[in-house]
Amino acid sequence: MRSRKVSPIEQVAVHGLLIIWLLISVIPFVWMLSTSFKGPGEIFIFPPRWIPRNPTFNNYIDLFQNMNFGRPFLNSVIVSLSTTFLSVLVATMAGYGFAKFHFKNKNLLFLFILGTIMVPGQITMIPVFLLLSRLNLLNTYWGLILPAIANAFNIFFMRQYIMGVPDELIEAAKMDGAHEGWIFFRIILPLARPAMAAITIFTFTGSWNNFLWPLIIATDESMYTLPVAVSVLGGQYTENIAMQMAGSVIVILPLIIVFLFTQRYFIKGITFTGMKG
Amino acid sequence: MKTPLRSIIGFIGPSIILLLIFMLIPIVVSLVISFTDFDVYAIYDWGRASFIGFENYVNLMQEPLFWRALLNTLYALVVAMPLTVVLALSFAALINREATYFKNFFKVSFYLPSITNTVAIAIVWAWMLNPDYGLINWFLGLFGIQGPNWLGDPLWAMPSVIMLVVWKAVGYNVILFTAGLQNIPDYLYEAAELDGASKFQQFLHVTIPSLRPTIFFVTVMTVIGYLQLFEEPYMLTAGGPLNSTLSIVLYLYRQGFRFFKLGYASSIAFMLFLMIFALTYIQMSARRSEV
Repeated sequence: MRSRKVSPIEQVAVHGLLIIWLLISVIPFVWMLSTSFKGPGEIFIFPPRWIPRNPTFNNYIDLFQNMNFGRPFLNSVIVSLSTTFLSVLVATMAGYGFAKFHFKNKNLLFLFILGTIMVPGQITMIPVFLLLSRLNLLNTYWGLILPAIANAFNIFFMRQYIMGVPDELIEAAKMDGAHEGWIFFRIILPLARPAMAAITIFTFTGSWNNFLWPLIIATDESMYTLPVAVSVLGGQYTENIAMQMAGSVIVILPLIIVFLFTQRYFIKGITFTGMKG
Repeated sequence: MKTPLRSIIGFIGPSIILLLIFMLIPIVVSLVISFTDFDVYAIYDWGRASFIGFENYVNLMQEPLFWRALLNTLYALVVAMPLTVVLALSFAALINREATYFKNFFKVSFYLPSITNTVAIAIVWAWMLNPDYGLINWFLGLFGIQGPNWLGDPLWAMPSVIMLVVWKAVGYNVILFTAGLQNIPDYLYEAAELDGASKFQQFLHVTIPSLRPTIFFVTVMTVIGYLQLFEEPYMLTAGGPLNSTLSIVLYLYRQGFRFFKLGYASSIAFMLFLMIFALTYIQMSARRSEV
């Protein structure tokens, strides 16, 4: 272990710099939260007031009563949860297959899947839009969920992880007459739980934050997801900034809460992908 | 031992089928559509679209707005990319020092902007950038600086977009870099120290070279991400003022899903794809020649 005396000046300088970026990272959230509780009289006070003198819940109540935010909230929850569940299931199955099955051209097929990671989403957007409009799936949950289920990144992630499961475990189970389904549910799923947790969080966040696709596919207000509903709020020139901030809180706060409880999986997942790159 | 076909189809089949329908076939179809005059009428009756060869591409090349969008996107890329990498690498190095306290706390806080929803946070930024009541000009005012009309001035609109983009991206890359830094073996630093290298020299001659793989990964991913710039300019300025923040994907979205010129929009998508491919290829071959 290296140990060296560090001068106090250096310590103060380093921590000072880190605290400055910490403030830059966090202040927009604090500002958002604070403004969302302000009444019409307090928004335009200058210099800005950090803690509202007369905090009010009216902005939130307005959102749900007059802007019907309940529906997009529900839509976002339904779409994100189903996308995540299906995507993680499908990716874990494929990951197991690519990690442990033996068949011809397996690696070629896998490379093919990996190749799709490089393709920007904008390329597939138009044909998929046309296909879904032909199938009458515009403005439906399926239109929002189906195209997002198969995720090459998730498949890659699960394959890498499951490759670490010792072959002997699987061979032994096969000796005892277990079939692939039993092995998958009884051996692979329990062992792969940390990796599944990581892609669950990634996929959920990605789905919750997705904007361009719902913007295209959900043209009817009843099918708006939260980001689309909030963008409409920000797009119209409303005097009521506080309500826009309340809308932002509703979109962002659930993510922050989930993140704070699961950040070690996030960090593990990011590190994992970065190192393999 | 070969796996029975039934298992292969059962486990890998769903992914393959979904990727075929929603990724691989659409890529080909997209190319085909880019050679047609597919428009709003053709959505209801595909027969109304006809092949027009390279006309969309020729029109695109002659369209000043496309060049504008391309230049704007490259502007954002050229400024935001180095800023992101330098800031992320510096903060990672500061966090990674042995004597730094609260390492994990800093990492987690820095990462917060990356997970949040761009659309919602852009609304917050637009309010912070407000020239009369915004936090940013208030802060500048404390130092006697009269801040600009950020989003209303064509000169300052793109820098505003870049601020948001960099703010969001730094934390994610800090995590990648700190992981990379931890993989550098201690003896390299010890050897450098014995040779009398200063801390800065150690950073230059030990840290940077050892971090090459991570730097490579970060730059490739950042380039790909920034070329697809969309949500930030869409929310902050809707491409304005005077198209100063019109990005390629924003232009694509307008042409495709505002005017439903889907053939034309597909040709934009392919140009974008080619650019991503070309830039990634250049970076990869630059890296290979380096080794």
